[in-house]
Amino acid sequence: MAEYSVLIGGKAGDGISQAGQVIGSVFSSLGYHVYQYVDYPSLIRGGHNFCIIRAAETPVTAFRSGADVIIAFDQQTADLHKGRLSDDGIVIFDADRVRAHGQGISLGQIISTRQGEPIMGNTAMISALFRYLGVPWEKVEPVLQRKIPKKIEKNIEIARAAWDVLTPGKTLKLPGGDSKPFLSGNEWIGIGLLAGGLDAYIAYPMTPSSGILHFLASIAEETGIQVYHPESEIAVILMALGFSYAGKKAAVGTSGGGFCLMTEGVSLAGQAEIPIVIVVSQRTGPSTGLPTYTAQSDLLFIRHAGQGEFPRWIAAPATPYEALFLAAEAVRIAWKFQIPAFIVTDKSFSEGLFTGPSLLPDLPPHRVSAPAFPYHRYEDMPDGISPLLSPPHPGEIVKVNSYTHDFKGITTEDPHLTTTMADKRKRKAMALLEYIDQSESVLIEGDKKAPVCVIAWGSVRGQVTEVTKMHSFRAVFPRILEPFPINTMTAALEGVTRVIVVEESATGQIDTILRQHGIVPNECIRRYDGRPSTVEELENRIRRVL
Amino acid sequence: MSPNGTIVSDAKNTWCPGCGNFAIQHAFRYVIEEFEKEGIPKERFVLVSGIGCHAKIADYFSLNSFYSLHGRTIPVATGIKMANPDLKVVCFAGDGDLYAEGLDHLIHAAKRNIDITVICHNNRVYGLTTGQYTPTSPYGYRGRSTPGGIHEYPLNIIEVMLGSGASFVARAYSRNIPLLKRIFHEAILHRGFAHIDVLQICATFFNMTSFYDEHVYETSEANVSQFDVACRTGQQWNYSDHGPIPLGIFYKTERPSLPEKREERTIDRKKVIQDILIRNS
Repeated sequence: MAEYSVLIGGKAGDGISQAGQVIGSVFSSLGYHVYQYVDYPSLIRGGHNFCIIRAAETPVTAFRSGADVIIAFDQQTADLHKGRLSDDGIVIFDADRVRAHGQGISLGQIISTRQGEPIMGNTAMISALFRYLGVPWEKVEPVLQRKIPKKIEKNIEIARAAWDVLTPGKTLKLPGGDSKPFLSGNEWIGIGLLAGGLDAYIAYPMTPSSGILHFLASIAEETGIQVYHPESEIAVILMALGFSYAGKKAAVGTSGGGFCLMTEGVSLAGQAEIPIVIVVSQRTGPSTGLPTYTAQSDLLFIRHAGQGEFPRWIAAPATPYEALFLAAEAVRIAWKFQIPAFIVTDKSFSEGLFTGPSLLPDLPPHRVSAPAFPYHRYEDMPDGISPLLSPPHPGEIVKVNSYTHDFKGITTEDPHLTTTMADKRKRKAMALLEYIDQSESVLIEGDKKAPVCVIAWGSVRGQVTEVTKMHSFRAVFPRILEPFPINTMTAALEGVTRVIVVEESATGQIDTILRQHGIVPNECIRRYDGRPSTVEELENRIRRVL
Repeated sequence: MSPNGTIVSDAKNTWCPGCGNFAIQHAFRYVIEEFEKEGIPKERFVLVSGIGCHAKIADYFSLNSFYSLHGRTIPVATGIKMANPDLKVVCFAGDGDLYAEGLDHLIHAAKRNIDITVICHNNRVYGLTTGQYTPTSPYGYRGRSTPGGIHEYPLNIIEVMLGSGASFVARAYSRNIPLLKRIFHEAILHRGFAHIDVLQICATFFNMTSFYDEHVYETSEANVSQFDVACRTGQQWNYSDHGPIPLGIFYKTERPSLPEKREERTIDRKKVIQDILIRNS
């Protein structure tokens, strides 16, 4: 099976990530599945940015230690990453700025003789890459035409000039087939929210979740949704609850620190039974931590955030399909059960780019019961779910309340009513558990009969999936983490005698949740330096404990 | 409609006897009934309250309501209004609630000129938490958290609102009910952000009745659209010292407001998503 890894690096502000995206799009147009990892420090200009674009004939959501080609815009890229170069790998570099073995092109000369702009060096390098890989010009040019946002003619002229300088060194396999959508995890989540019927998205910028805000804002006009960026995350969640009360499906997105500010609103949603979707993309903490690096260390916080006791739903996608499906399901679940529904992801998934499905998953509508009149917002129903109604409704009033309240939504301190309303929320939690504890909630991969099992969630699943192809073990991936699908997990673990847990946390958070449910891991593989493991790094660590 | 045939609900009222909240409730009830006669049905109104004595007003009206969190009436109201511009959204907030915990929202709501009405029950003290100072308590105020008296001057909230871009700024007094009614009515009709600071006494912790009765007067509204006049009127009293306390609408102007007009369109969501996916292939 053919696969190629390309590392492209330079300074922040050089447009490395965008260049990587065009490279990925060319691979996608050739019929490859593509994953792109983006690594950058928290600054605007300078520093060292790099992307790894991996193209393979089957879907991949992780990257390897090695690179077949390194594209170096600066010396740092060539020096820092030379150890990654595979035996027959090559460095393609800007000969004006970098000294390395490989093929150099003078970007300055190519651009200045054509009166281009420095940023067009990216186009030159992309062109040089595919020339080196032996891809016909006719296959590359149309993608450049589509993907370069402005001054296309000049860019194509520069691409052609770089093309003529390079000597082909490979003959890339051309698998053929349709070009697949190539989008970031954040964008896949955004599309999923839209598919679920989202009407409004409210957010305050915070890495690594801002991509959802930017993406949805850019398509607000054509989709008819409202996208708003207010003064703080506190305003964000309360505005969203206002939208929801008024009958619009609203979602918010943030990362750890922003979510801290939202927690009072989360509890309000729990008490007042107002539906809301909350996307939290984790980064390395505590506090400001490493803003542009990854972690899985907010799961227990999100699971417990907010005072008091109320049901919530937490899902963690690891593939574009799951992002589509689970984000759509988050909207549907939030409005069916009138609870906060969370999509918990991380920097690796949010800002990584993935080719994914070009068709939406089938989403049969949920059954919800119609309101009876006179309307009481908190009508006591057998499953604890009171019918929703939004104002204005002729002759009816809709009262929601953050205080303990009666069936009409009027404040009460009555002990009997307090118990009744808590029991109502508990019945809702039971109905939710019953709904989620089925096969879709847990994915089993690898050798499904093997006695050794690796449990992982979220983006680290990408590496685990690949390691299952090298060693014989069972991989069990919970997609729904709250309520915990205990029966489905127990069934998935039947015959397992040894459990290994892989997670990006220093103290073991999924480990804690598993133990709470009687699943006791034998080995824990933890990483907490903010960097996702490469396939080889994880293989090495799993092999040692198998 | 509640069993008693009015928009007052049958929830048991627990405000202290003599509380200024009763006057606000009475005036607001009158205004809603007037709007009903003018053809705006009461289900088009949504009340949003914070947390504090004032906030119980949400329970006491048989109207749509969102009894929210301390300091957070404005973002909730903003969301409701943006979701459905046909709704008339009115915030009831306290001075601790609106001017301390949630001051950032107030300033930003004025800046964005969101088309909501904000009524502050300003008794210049925390009632439910028993008498601590608020941002509008006078210099030297002694409360249980500040037994030595506070060494800071209060916010002149009129100046804050004018400086933040509010397009409707008014002050009322709970013992002047005709003025309350008129200002509530005009504020609800105003297209844009309307803020009304209602001076009211706290019968239990900060009874300023005789002070207010002595100093309040109704200011002329002849130059209501002139910003500099509004500033001068607002500066006549600093919420601390003695001085004439002007009441009335200080400032009223028209400027672009939120939510912007949205044309109703039918969009095939599935097709749009499919287009986006194809475009990104």
